[in-house]
Formats: sequence, structure tokens, C-alpha cells
Amino acid sequence: MRNFWNFLLIGVSNGLVYSLVALGIVLIYRSTRVINFALAAMATFSTFIAASLIDRNVPYFVAFLAAIVFGFLLGAATERFVMRPVESKSPLNAVIVAIGMLIFLEAMAGVIWGAKLRNFPSHFSLIGLKIGGARLAISNFDLFIVTVVVVLLLALLVLFRYTKLGLMMRASAFAPEVARLLGVRVGRMLTLGWGLACAAGAVAGLLAAPKVFLFPNNMDGVLIFGFTAAIIGGLDSPVGALVGGLLTGVALSFIGGYLGSDLENVGAFVILVVVLMARPEGIFSSMSARRV
Amino acid sequence: MEESMVEAKPEPKQLPAAKQPQGLRRLFGQPLVRNIIVGVVALVLFYLLIGHLSQYRIYQLSQVGPYLIALVGLSVLTGQNGQISLGHGALMAIGAWTLTLMQLHTKSPLWLMLIASALVTMVFGALLGLVAARLRGPYLAGATLALALGLPDITTRYQSVFGGYQGLEVNQPNAPSFLGATATPTEWLAIIEMICVVVVMILFANLLRSRVGRKFRAVRDDEIATQVSGISVPRTQVLAFALSAAAAGLGGGLFALVSGNVSPGGYTVVLSISLLAAMVIGGSGTLAGAVWGSLIMVYVPGWATTLSQKLSLNQSVSANLALAIYGFLLVAIIMVAPVGVQGIVRLVIFKMRNLRKEPG
Repeated sequence: MRNFWNFLLIGVSNGLVYSLVALGIVLIYRSTRVINFALAAMATFSTFIAASLIDRNVPYFVAFLAAIVFGFLLGAATERFVMRPVESKSPLNAVIVAIGMLIFLEAMAGVIWGAKLRNFPSHFSLIGLKIGGARLAISNFDLFIVTVVVVLLLALLVLFRYTKLGLMMRASAFAPEVARLLGVRVGRMLTLGWGLACAAGAVAGLLAAPKVFLFPNNMDGVLIFGFTAAIIGGLDSPVGALVGGLLTGVALSFIGGYLGSDLENVGAFVILVVVLMARPEGIFSSMSARRV
Repeated sequence: MEESMVEAKPEPKQLPAAKQPQGLRRLFGQPLVRNIIVGVVALVLFYLLIGHLSQYRIYQLSQVGPYLIALVGLSVLTGQNGQISLGHGALMAIGAWTLTLMQLHTKSPLWLMLIASALVTMVFGALLGLVAARLRGPYLAGATLALALGLPDITTRYQSVFGGYQGLEVNQPNAPSFLGATATPTEWLAIIEMICVVVVMILFANLLRSRVGRKFRAVRDDEIATQVSGISVPRTQVLAFALSAAAAGLGGGLFALVSGNVSPGGYTVVLSISLLAAMVIGGSGTLAGAVWGSLIMVYVPGWATTLSQKLSLNQSVSANLALAIYGFLLVAIIMVAPVGVQGIVRLVIFKMRNLRKEPG
């Protein structure tokens, strides 16, 4: 029984990181209909920035924030200068450009920082907490993950629900022509959306790095699980991204724990197929009918 | 095959009798006959070509074949039928392990093993197609990507069957005596590949001109209109997936022969993603685009490596720089040529024809 609770806790902690990646994918997908595969590389690149700042004795939290700002700028610049020219063409082209960016950024990270595996400091202890003599599978760092993700989700909720900027962003995503007629600078909103999405990706990178180590393609696996989570949640719903991430994280943790960790990747495929056979557009998708 | 030939021929009654080409010209006018003649000529030219190449060049060239065949399949699925697949690397893996296991446990002839790789993968592709027929766009991309991630792990899970991380050895077939005593296995393999390429290209070229090909495109362009016209959309999609998988499986079988071994490291997500990228860059939905795409997959990383080695940096930096150049080129080519290499080729041919017509 203790195993069960430990697997559950590990699953929640991992799942929240998947949720962040899923959120990054969803934010971009619902505004530009592009699956941003480059998110993994952007997260890794931002994490490397934080790592080299920490190497230069910059305090952990300053480096953390700097990496998030860097992620934001990288995402915004990518949308403005790389994706904008191809967004109007076939969606497949945009996907290939995103894959090109993924390969390019990961390789550049290798050129700048080397391809070797390195540790990334976690600031908080990674050793399991003790409750009444029994050691749990979650640590202070996992509690930090929960805090960061909850704060970030609340901040995004406030932004989209209660601010004018958030309203303009939602309008640009769902009805670009009408938004433009009403004076919303749609292009700028898309750039902002990409920036936010990649900032979320950067946070995911920072939170995943102490567990998966830091190397140029350390986030590839996390990206695929995040993508799985986004799809399970329905690609245009931020709530779906959170729930999808948790579901994916917990399910994979149980599969890895009870059946063997080498079945986690196969498990992701099975989960996807099972969920999508029941609901072909994810659990929380708003598009219930295909447009005629 | 016969049905598609009838399909492809224009209705004779509607043409004026005087314009009907006679004899040989009429025979050559038939797409199937023309394709076969072009294929045979290509085969002969290829045979003459490899006589002038070094063993290393032939080996390099023989890496093109497996990719080419897999790309033909992917191109038909995505470009002609509108279903995206990020899992064709996994389908190649199925073909590769089919051939390897047959070689290990049976004494089958080569042709049988290659056909089996295609057929086994086709069955698997049909099952995948049943799932795919319910999914659209990014949902299908995600499901196939998860397959590409998960499938190689099966081989490490069941090590005794699939060989685990190291994988299994594959023996390259010896050249038959009619090629002469000096013919090496490398040359023989290149010829086998070219034969497979020609056969696959002719079959798919013919298929795309037929009723089936038109169904594929109809489903891609408008599912509802297609369904209303009495064509089953899901059935067409499953068929497209199965045929595409067959090509990927044959490509995988050949890939195992060329590599001399199969291991999960050779069939990662990276392979699936590279296939999709090469397909789009070559020219989505065209058979010629698959040729460009496979050449790009084999030669561009090589050039990027040579280029970055010239800068005399250390090993790790130069390897990464080569990758960076490759990624940069992917982005640049899509920006400059959104319709792919074949799109540019078509445009140039079209312009040249117009130029020739103008003076007259």
C-alpha cells in the first residue's frame, strides 16, 4: 500500500511538469494551430542559461527568473521572425519549421555548453520527506514544483479571465478577423502568446532538470509526454492540459512502478489510444463536432 | 492492377478517330507501359553507374533506397490521403525485425523475406489505420509519435527475442554468380534496392492514377463530400495506412540489410521525425519528392559534417554544429520553398516550356 501512495505522489509531481509542457503546447496550438515541437529545445536552452548563471554565483531564484524571461523572449522572437512567415501556409510546413528549430536549438546548446550530462541544482532537497518514521517518495523539491505550477496556473487564469489583455489574447485566438476589426493587434497577441507558452516551457525545463539531468535533448521525452497530456486534455483547453498532465503522470508512474520502467513509453501510446478511441478530440475539447 | 489500367486509359469513344495514336506510340502512351520502360532504363543506368563508383560511394548510395521506399509510403499517406504520421520510423522497425528474425530462424530466400517485411508491416499498418481513421491532424500526429517512442522499447523488454539494446546481426546476401566473380555484397545490395525502388515506384505511380488514388485524394480534399458520394472514408483511410505501412516495412527490411544489424537505437523518434521532414522538403504527395527527400536525408547531414569538420573544432562541437546546420537548413528550405524541392523543379520545367512556346 505504501508503494501505491508513493507511485501516486511521484506521478503527481511528474504530471505537473507534463502539465506545464502541455500548457505551452495548448497556448500555442489554440492561437496559431501549430504544434510547437521546438518547446523542448526552448526549455532546455533556458535551463542552460540558468545553469551558467548559477555557475557564476548568481542566486538560484534570480537565475530561475532570468531563464523564464529568456524563454519568453526566445518564444516571442521565434513567433515573430520564424513562424510568422510560414503560419499562413500549410500547417505541415509550420510543424517542420518547428522541428527544424528543435534540432537547431538543441544542437546550438550542445555547441555552446557541450553535450555532456550535467547536474542542475535543485535548491530544495531531493531527499524524500519523513512522516512518522516512513520516508515518502516526495521531497521538498516536489512541494516546490506543486507551488510553482499552482501559482503559474492561477496567474494565467487571472490573465485570461480578468484582464483586458487576456480578453484580447482570447479574441485573437478564437476569432482573429473580428478581433482585428475591433482594433486588437492580433499579430502582437500571437507573439505574446508564444512568449508566454515558451516561458511556461522554460519553467518546465527548470523543474524537470534536477530529475532528468541537463543535456541538449534532455526535454525530448518530457515533451512527448507533455504532448500526450495536451492531446488527452483536448488541445485547446488549459484546464485539459492540467488534468491531462496529471493523468499522464500518474498513469505512467503506476505503469513504471508496477510493470517496469521500460514500459512507460509503450504505456503512453496505449493511454493515448484508449482515451482517443473514446474521445477522438480529447477529454476537455470544446470542438464537439467537426466543421462541415 | 488490371482495373487501374482500364481506369487510367481515356475513354476511346470521346476522342476523334484521327488523333488516336497508332502502334508503338499508342502502347507507349499507356502510363503503366511508360512507367515500366522508364523503370527498366533507370535500372540499367544505375547498374552502369555503380560500375564507376567506389565501394564507399555505393554503400552511401545504398542508404538512399530504404529511405526512398519509406518516403514513398509516407508521401502517399500524408500528401495524397491527408493523414499525418510521425510513426513511420516505428513501421520501418517492424519491417526490419521481421526480416532479421526470418533470416535468423528460417532459411527463406531474400525475396520472400522482403515481401514478408512488407506484408507483416502492412497488417500492423492496417490495425494502426483503424485507430487513425478516427483521429485528425494533431491528434493523429500525437498518437503516431507515441508509437514511435514506445515501439523500440518492446525490443529491450523482450531481449531474448529481439536482442535488447545491442540488437541482432543481419547477414548481407552474397552476390549471385551471374554478376561476375568480382561483384561484392555491397554492389548486389545496391542492385536489389534499385529493383525494389523501381517496383514500388511503378506500383504506387499506377495506384495513384487509378480509382484508388482518386479516392485517396477525395478523402484528403473533402471527407464529407466523399462520404456523400458513396465512398467509405474510414475504409479508404485504413487502406492508405496499410499500403503506406507496406512500403515503410519494405524500406525497413532493406534498411536492416544495409546496416548489417537492427537495434532500437536505429529506429528512434528521430528517424520518424526526419522522415516527415524529408517528405515535406522533397515535396509532399509526389513520388519524385520522395527521391529528393531521401537524397537529402542521406547526403545533407554528410555535407554538414564535412563543412563543420573544416572549421577544425573539437569532436563534440563539430558534431553538434553539423546538426545545427541541418536544423537551420530545414527551416530555411521551408521558408524559401514552401512547396518543397519538387515544387521548385515543376515550376522551372513549367517556365522553360512557356519560354519555348513563346517564340513560335
